[in-house]
Amino acid sequence: MTTTEEQRTDEHQNAQRQLSRVVVRFAGDSGDGMQLTGDRFTASSALFGNDLSTFPDFPAEIRAPSGTLAGVSAFQVQIADADVTTPGDAPNVLVAMNPAALKANVGILEKGATLVVNVDAFDERSLAKAGYESNPLSDGSLAGFTVYEVPMTSLTQEVCKDAGVKPRDAERSKNFFALGLVSWLYTRPVEPTVDWIEKRFADKPLVLEANARAFRAGYHFGETAELFEATYEVGPAQFPPGEYTQISGNQALAWGLIAASKLSGLPLFLGSYPITPASDILHELSRRKEFGVRTFQAEDEIAGIGSAIGAAFGGALGVTTTSGPGVDLKSEAIGLAVNLELPLVVVDVQRGGPSTGLPTKAEQADLLHAMYGRHGEAPVPIVAAKTPSHCFDAAIEAVRIAVKYRTPVILLSDAYLANGAEPWRLPDVDLLEPIDPGFAAAANHLDPDGTPVFWPYLRDPETLARPWAPPGIPGLEHRVGGLEKADGSGNVSYDPANHERMVRLRAAKVDGIVRDVPSVEVDDETGDAELLVLGWGSTFGAIVAAVRRVRARGHRVAHAHLVHLHPFPGNLGEVLARYRLVLVPEMNLGQLSRLVRAEYLVDARSLSKVQGVPFRAREIEAAIEAELGGLA
Amino acid sequence: MSATAVAATTRKDWASDQEVRWCPGCGDYSILAAVQMLLPELGVRRENTVFLSGIGCAARFPYYMSTYGMHSIHGRAPAIATGLATTRPDLDVWVVTGDGDALSIGGNHLIHALRRNVRMTILMFNNQIYGLTKGQYSPTSEVAKVTKSTPFGSLDTPFNPVSLALGAEASFVARTHDMDRQHMQETFRRAHEHEGAAFVEVYQNCNVFNDGAFEKITGREARSSMLVPLVHGEPIRFGKDLDKGVVQRPDGRLEVVDVADVGEDALVVHDEEREDPGLAFALSRLSRGPYEPTPIGVFRAVRRPEYGASMAEQLADAQERRGVGDLKALLRSGATWTVA
Repeated sequence: MTTTEEQRTDEHQNAQRQLSRVVVRFAGDSGDGMQLTGDRFTASSALFGNDLSTFPDFPAEIRAPSGTLAGVSAFQVQIADADVTTPGDAPNVLVAMNPAALKANVGILEKGATLVVNVDAFDERSLAKAGYESNPLSDGSLAGFTVYEVPMTSLTQEVCKDAGVKPRDAERSKNFFALGLVSWLYTRPVEPTVDWIEKRFADKPLVLEANARAFRAGYHFGETAELFEATYEVGPAQFPPGEYTQISGNQALAWGLIAASKLSGLPLFLGSYPITPASDILHELSRRKEFGVRTFQAEDEIAGIGSAIGAAFGGALGVTTTSGPGVDLKSEAIGLAVNLELPLVVVDVQRGGPSTGLPTKAEQADLLHAMYGRHGEAPVPIVAAKTPSHCFDAAIEAVRIAVKYRTPVILLSDAYLANGAEPWRLPDVDLLEPIDPGFAAAANHLDPDGTPVFWPYLRDPETLARPWAPPGIPGLEHRVGGLEKADGSGNVSYDPANHERMVRLRAAKVDGIVRDVPSVEVDDETGDAELLVLGWGSTFGAIVAAVRRVRARGHRVAHAHLVHLHPFPGNLGEVLARYRLVLVPEMNLGQLSRLVRAEYLVDARSLSKVQGVPFRAREIEAAIEAELGGLA
Repeated sequence: MSATAVAATTRKDWASDQEVRWCPGCGDYSILAAVQMLLPELGVRRENTVFLSGIGCAARFPYYMSTYGMHSIHGRAPAIATGLATTRPDLDVWVVTGDGDALSIGGNHLIHALRRNVRMTILMFNNQIYGLTKGQYSPTSEVAKVTKSTPFGSLDTPFNPVSLALGAEASFVARTHDMDRQHMQETFRRAHEHEGAAFVEVYQNCNVFNDGAFEKITGREARSSMLVPLVHGEPIRFGKDLDKGVVQRPDGRLEVVDVADVGEDALVVHDEEREDPGLAFALSRLSRGPYEPTPIGVFRAVRRPEYGASMAEQLADAQERRGVGDLKALLRSGATWTVA
């Protein structure tokens, strides 16, 4: 369609309106390809230069019964000409591929939102499956919305007919029709999507043809149907100069691990058992064998971490990735790694719990588990990513701590970060600080008779880290294990005083990491706010958006966001003490708030949301306003 | 001395300075001695040798070796060994385990390490009892075993470790016992030579909680008539005057017979390299327990790609086709755009 642009200028009669931002939500059956549709819309918006933030929202079932509410899969994206930090509170546009998709999402739409529905799917049977007693398209219940009824299925079938695609197969391309239509509506560039279709389906010519035809048909339908009174344009955002790509949290995390492997010169070994929503890290790393990355799909979660510990013992960068119940299963082995004092990174992509819980939904309820979820005194440093692209930095930071302090580190992400995407300004990798493995090379102690020997638990006096001596060096042969060890020699010891000394040494080592933890920065515009919003992890975007809105109304509020949860930044106590009130929004029942209350004796107030969906900015905004009202 | 020559060692060089703390009279002592006496003969280096274990009496083994070692957590040694062996092909990785460690809590890791054929030598000390927890029945204990946890007798059908290993697609499966140092050493040597996962069941006497469990077959008097040595390429014969043999019945069953009754040509010729594990499996079922004639030696030794080597090959292939990974290129592997 090389003539598309000309047609637009020559024939296009509609008005074009400028928008500063729009929130679009694509919703359909699990099998309708809504994630793909949303992802492509996002990609072309990113290339266009918009800032954006995405929220894939899908059920755990691969194919729940079609047409039912349980089977609805959605993808929400906010695109804007200015900095956005969330996928948006309330969609301005809903693309609904069937009645269930409409019913599941109509409640969260902005007042007066635009609905684009696949009217072909609104037959009696589908309406009944979705639980509609009457057709919402005709019963007046959608009166507050602008509704566009588009026969997407039949138009797609029609346009594919003479390409030799059977109607049944053509029907599956209707998501590309929807994508084409929305691309037209929001004046997205056409070429990136057409190029992508051609590449992606190169080995399936019929599917390629059907998808390409459906996409173009959707686009042209918008132009010619005279159904829509306007198209909209969201201009490019002002970004700092640089090279950008669109990245999801899981991908950024995988790349961060590869970068850390390069920075340390340690070969990367990932031992992992597939589990939602962490599996994409395993998938991504499995593709990157040219980086010397070994990925091992273990028989279970325990073997995943066990193999990573074995690799770490051998001098590799051992990593395991998991979520939900997988974290529970790894607990014993994390305790072993605490005792072995070997570098290890445990990635927990948090999801709703307890037990199987909500496998595809986000939660931040593993913080206390990461902190305390082992028997005995088993302290583990914790790092948490705050945005999808920040997963890259957080992964490097976790490796840095693990290697320097010879300790397992828990890296917390969550389902929202894992699947969400945003533009990422590519870092200059040459500027990343190298990580020194600092392997032991020689004996470090003299026996009473003057013989040089190697003591595996003779610590660095500053960091309290023990030497890391992978097999292969003569004279450094040593045994480690889960039994308590004698301070220094590392031999098995049941001595009571030694045990207490070792317990305190392990705790002091982890506490001492604070020397490498940057002070927490406070965003306090005027410097005289009385309320501090303290967050961690993926609530970052919603808190930033909420704080901006509150400030726009002339109120003062400060925001600090923690990346290091254990140990906390050294200045955190002093920061908390500066504010009359501390509000802690979390997707749990108040875990960070509990930790800071215990540690700093501050009256931290918890703002909880445990629904499997991220905070909306307006929810945090309302809570801030309420607290400010109380202060006044 | 060239850089690659291995300095000669003695048994003493392989013993650590730690006091051995097994009960006096434990079968583990003779297994430890067999290993420490074998290693000098193998021409391997201490610094390239690693002993890994889980939990249990057998699992204390690494502390007594002057090599690198790890005493880990219950049942997980094969998983830990998998990570080590696949990242460090230059190391000799030994896993020392027991019947509880390997077959109860660690059963899953054992079978998967075997099917993947990860390069490790697994010595499973089978004493048919839980020793370190002071005498509960184990997954190899006979049915109706009366122990502290089964005062009315155990109900579980035991595992046959050799059958289990064969069923798990193991490429090397052998059995030996703690009363015959020479046989142990020969079996361990074969296991160590094997390119892949080697599984050795070692009948081991726990003189405190299950004394004499194997006495009926490994006792000095009983041995010749109760142990059936498996020798590759040889007819399977045993007995004081080699008067007994093993034949295969038309229904596939193996049976012990008097050689005089059937003639030597009727005996099964042992073929440890047979691709089909069926016959090896049948041999593992020849005896119903350590009170009937029981085969010892190498049941199966076949060549199969080693897991770590295959993994390394995939990495090398990828690097050859795509070049060594470039981080800058990786970050630009998706669509990118530039903001001026």
